[in-house]
Amino acid sequence: MPKVVFIEPSGARREVDAPVGFSLMEVARQHNIAGILAQCGGACACATCHVYVAPGWYGRLDPKEEMEEGMLELALEPGPTSRLSCQVHITAKLEGLEVRVPPRQRLEEA
Amino acid sequence: MISTILILGGGQAAAQAIDTLRRQGYQGRIVLVGDEPHLPYQRPPLSKKFLAGELDADRLPFKHRPYYEEHRVELELGVAAARIHRAERAVALADGRTLHYDRLLLAVGATSRILTTPGSDLPGVHYLRAIADVGPIRASLKAGARVVVIGGGYIGLETAATARQLGCAVTVLEMADRLMARVVASSVSEYYAHEHRTQGVKVICNTRVVRLEGGPRGLKVSCADGSSYEADVLVVGVGAVPNTALAAEAGLECENGIRVDRWCRTTDEHIFAAGDCTYHPSVHFEMNVRLESVDNAFEQAKSAALNLLGRATVHDRIPWFWSDQYDNKLLIVGLSQGFDQQVLRGDPAQRSFSVCYLKGRELIAVEAVNHSSDYMAARKMIAERVCPNLEKLADPHIPLKEAV
Repeated sequence: MPKVVFIEPSGARREVDAPVGFSLMEVARQHNIAGILAQCGGACACATCHVYVAPGWYGRLDPKEEMEEGMLELALEPGPTSRLSCQVHITAKLEGLEVRVPPRQRLEEA
Repeated sequence: MISTILILGGGQAAAQAIDTLRRQGYQGRIVLVGDEPHLPYQRPPLSKKFLAGELDADRLPFKHRPYYEEHRVELELGVAAARIHRAERAVALADGRTLHYDRLLLAVGATSRILTTPGSDLPGVHYLRAIADVGPIRASLKAGARVVVIGGGYIGLETAATARQLGCAVTVLEMADRLMARVVASSVSEYYAHEHRTQGVKVICNTRVVRLEGGPRGLKVSCADGSSYEADVLVVGVGAVPNTALAAEAGLECENGIRVDRWCRTTDEHIFAAGDCTYHPSVHFEMNVRLESVDNAFEQAKSAALNLLGRATVHDRIPWFWSDQYDNKLLIVGLSQGFDQQVLRGDPAQRSFSVCYLKGRELIAVEAVNHSSDYMAARKMIAERVCPNLEKLADPHIPLKEAV
């Protein structure tokens, strides 16, 4: 099973198992990764599973669809390698994928 | 000193409350009582990918069992709560046991509204709300099966779309003059009626089912206008009613749901409630609402958990909703009640448009069809009480966020 790495908002590095076929968001949720709210559960309807993909990895992911593009445009503090983790699907070639979880998913959070 | 928090319910609100309690550092007992035998799970996929068989059951729970062990959550699943004894701060379970609490969270959700039409109790008449409902429906959704859906709301239409994609012959019967009439603008209703018809679904509005009969050729659904439809399987999606019985029997105030204040407190200071079961004040919209949504379950449970711990937190959010039907994503933010102006952005024929609602010039709600950037912009603008520039608002070439 591939392993992926989440850098939590606290800076903690969490290397976890990522079952093929799961979304990266589901992996985060099952491993209780801090800072991933994933309110809509993967419907691309809330933009609260936002992550910054490590630059070396960004180009290796499948490209964003229009819906994700529109959601990210107005997500909180998007960066050049931002993705919604619910739209990233785990495959064998993502072994070692590294993403950083932003300190906030929404404006209202302290 | 709060040493035991008891949570009734096994859905989104319960899962979120547990998450918040532990992330906030609460170290005491958490006991979860759910009448379904499942770990708290996501309901939205039940009418979509889970019904279609595209999502395995092990992907429905928010968290798997090790999480609950690690976080010391005592699970009492598959057992119903029978009675709340407020004076003793205890809940009697259906199996005869009694659990005590310092604080109680009612996250008990809602139940499908039951059809009262004669014949409603026939085999082959289904509702869709819980995991247990899905199996029998899915087993009947074979290619060519005749499916009649009563109710053209979210659940009915999502079920219709899934059934159609599985190759069934689908008919939707709606009592109102248009689909999703309670929740969307007529242009959105028309768009969805067109989408379903294009996919081959028979969409019939203004029709009231008066009788169901069994027979050798399946179920016969008869309508007030004399028309009738044959079905191998019938799915009823005519709304939901909040689960208030426990609360009401315990003397908690209920009105279209369990009454809570902006701190998610019921009329008993030791008992809180969150999610579909509550009737609560919307601070932003200055009205009382009952919301059936993932968003409200999540946010209200989060606020409730903080208030349970004595950290006063007003539940003040802008509600949002979504629906997936075929390749269409409907995203709604805000509450349109009381609007005085509707502005259409874009052309439904382009399969991407939105409807903006204004009240006294202020943007109060947006329904976006396949238009995530309008939706995201609206979330911010509604929260900030923006009064958009009408000319720019009506011009789909100008991004919504710039229509000020």
